[in-house]
Amino acid sequence: MPAVSFQNVSKTYSGPRGSLRALDAVSFDIQQGEFFGLLGPNGAGKTTLISILAGLARSSSGQVRVMGHDVVADYAAARMALGIVPQELVFDPFFSVRETLRIQSGYFGLHHNDAWIGELLDHLGLADKAGANMRQLSGGMKRRVLVAQALVHRPPVIVLDEPTAGVDVELRQTLWQFIARLNREGHTVLLTTHYLEEAEALCSRIAMLKQGRVVALDRTANLLAGTASTMLRFKTDQPLPAALAAQARVTGRIVQLKAHDAAEVETLLAALRAGGVRIEDLEIGRADLEDVFLEIMQGAPAIETIA
Amino acid sequence: MTPRNPLRGVRTLLYKEVLRFWKVGFQTVAAPVLTAVMYLLIFGHVLSDKVQVFDNVGYTRFLIPGLVMMSVLQNAFANSSSSLVQSKITGNLVFLLVTPLSHWAWFTAYVGASMVRGLSVGLGVFAVTAWFAPPGLAQPLWIVVFAVLGAGMLGALGLIAGLWADKFDQMAAFQNFIIMPMTFLSGVFYSVHSLPEFWNRISHLNPFFYMIDGFRRGFFGVSDVSPWLSLAVVGGSFLVVSTIALWLLKTGYKLRH
Repeated sequence: MPAVSFQNVSKTYSGPRGSLRALDAVSFDIQQGEFFGLLGPNGAGKTTLISILAGLARSSSGQVRVMGHDVVADYAAARMALGIVPQELVFDPFFSVRETLRIQSGYFGLHHNDAWIGELLDHLGLADKAGANMRQLSGGMKRRVLVAQALVHRPPVIVLDEPTAGVDVELRQTLWQFIARLNREGHTVLLTTHYLEEAEALCSRIAMLKQGRVVALDRTANLLAGTASTMLRFKTDQPLPAALAAQARVTGRIVQLKAHDAAEVETLLAALRAGGVRIEDLEIGRADLEDVFLEIMQGAPAIETIA
Repeated sequence: MTPRNPLRGVRTLLYKEVLRFWKVGFQTVAAPVLTAVMYLLIFGHVLSDKVQVFDNVGYTRFLIPGLVMMSVLQNAFANSSSSLVQSKITGNLVFLLVTPLSHWAWFTAYVGASMVRGLSVGLGVFAVTAWFAPPGLAQPLWIVVFAVLGAGMLGALGLIAGLWADKFDQMAAFQNFIIMPMTFLSGVFYSVHSLPEFWNRISHLNPFFYMIDGFRRGFFGVSDVSPWLSLAVVGGSFLVVSTIALWLLKTGYKLRH
C-alpha cells in the first residue's frame, strides 16, 4: 500500500473571468518510507495538490488516499495519518507554545502527550520557549512550532510545504536533521521546496509539476543522469559573445554553460577566448538538479487557461 | 503511541474556545456586564414612572430579565462569530481544518463555548442588577430553558455568520444590522402589549421576542404570550439555525475550497 496515492486529480477554479485548471489529471504514488520531493515553479499547483491531500481543498475529480484512506470518504483516518506543515507562518496569539501543542494533541484525540511534546520541543530547539506566548517568538521560532504542531500525533506521513522559505541556516540544519531522522525511523516525507539543492540532497524521488501537470517523475539519481550533461561554470565581468549568451544561464557574475562532452567544452572555451572574455574560477562539473529543473520546465508543454 | 479518545477532540476544542474568551475576560465578560448595568441605571431611572408594563411589576424589576437575556444573546453570538472570523483572517483555522474533527465536533464546541460565555455574562448581569431590584424567581425552570436555548441559538447563528463573513466589517454589519435590531425590538425595554397594534404584530414575527418573553415568565410568572408557544418558536428556530450551521460545516462552506 502506498503512503500517498494521487489518481487523476484535477482541480478547476471558477471565477468571473472564466475558469482556471490548477491541476490536470495528476497521478502518482509515494511509497512508505520515501523522502519525496514535489517541485515546480510558483503557480504550478504544488500547494493546491497538498491542500487537497490535507482536506483544505477539494478536488474537482480524481481520488487521493493517505495510507489507503480516502481523504474525503474516510477523512478522519486519512488526517490521523498525515502531519502538515503549512507554508504560511500562522499561529494562535492567545496561547503559549506548550498550550498550542497540547491543544493540537487534543484535537487528534490524544491526552497525556507531554512526553512526546517534550521530545519535540527538545529536538526543535524550543525547550526554553515552551512557556512563551506565540506572539513573542521570532519568525524562525514560529516555524519550528508549526513543525512541532504537525508532528504531535506522530503521523506516518509528513508533508512540508516550503518549510525553509525565509529561514536561517541554523534552523534549516536543525530541521533537516530532525526530518531525516524521522524518515530513517520509517516516516514518509513529502517536501515541496524552492531550494533545489535541498531536494537534491534529501529526496530519493522527485515529481515536477508545471501548470498543473506532472512533467517529470523519477528517482533523483535518474533525473540527474538523464540529462547527462556537463556544466561549465565560471565568473566574469564582461559580456558574452552573442552565440554563447543565448545558451548561457547567468546569475550575477556567475555564468553556466552546458556541454555534452569534452570536445564541446573545448569549443566553448575557444569561443570565450576568441570573444576576449576573461574568466575566473572556472569549474567543470556535472549538471545539478537546478539544471535538470530548468531544462524540463523550458521543454515541457504548457496548458492554456480554459474559458 | 498514546491511545486515542474520539471525545477528547471535541472537549479540547470546547476548552480552547472557552480559554480564548476567558484570557480576555475583562473585555468579553466584565465589559458587557458593566454595559447592562448602565442600561439598568439610566433607563430604569428615566423611564420607571413613564412605562407601563405588567401589573404589579415595577419597571426596573421588569427590565432586569430583559437585560440579562439581551446580554446572553449578544455575547453568545459574539463568541462563535468573532472566534471564527479571527481564525479565518489570521489563517490559524488551518490547525483545526487538518484534524479529524467532524462537523458535529465543530458545532458542539463552538456553540458550547458560546453558551458558556453568554450564560456567564448573563449570570454576571443578573448578580449585579438583582442587587438593585430583586426580580423574583416565580418559575425558575423557564429561566434555565430559555437562557440555554437562546444562548445555543445565538451561538449557532454566530457560527453561520463567522463562516459567511470574510472580513471584520461584514461581521460588524451582521451584528449591527441584524442581531442588534432584533434584540432591541424584542421587548427588552418594554412589553409589546404597550406598542401600537401594527408594531405589536411585527414583534410577534421576531423569534427574539419569544426568547425574552419566555425568559421573563420564569421571573414573574406572567408573560405576553404562553411560554409553551415561546418554547415552540425558540426550539424550532434553534433547530433550523443548527441544521443550517451543521450543513455549512459538513459541506465545508468557505472553509474547504
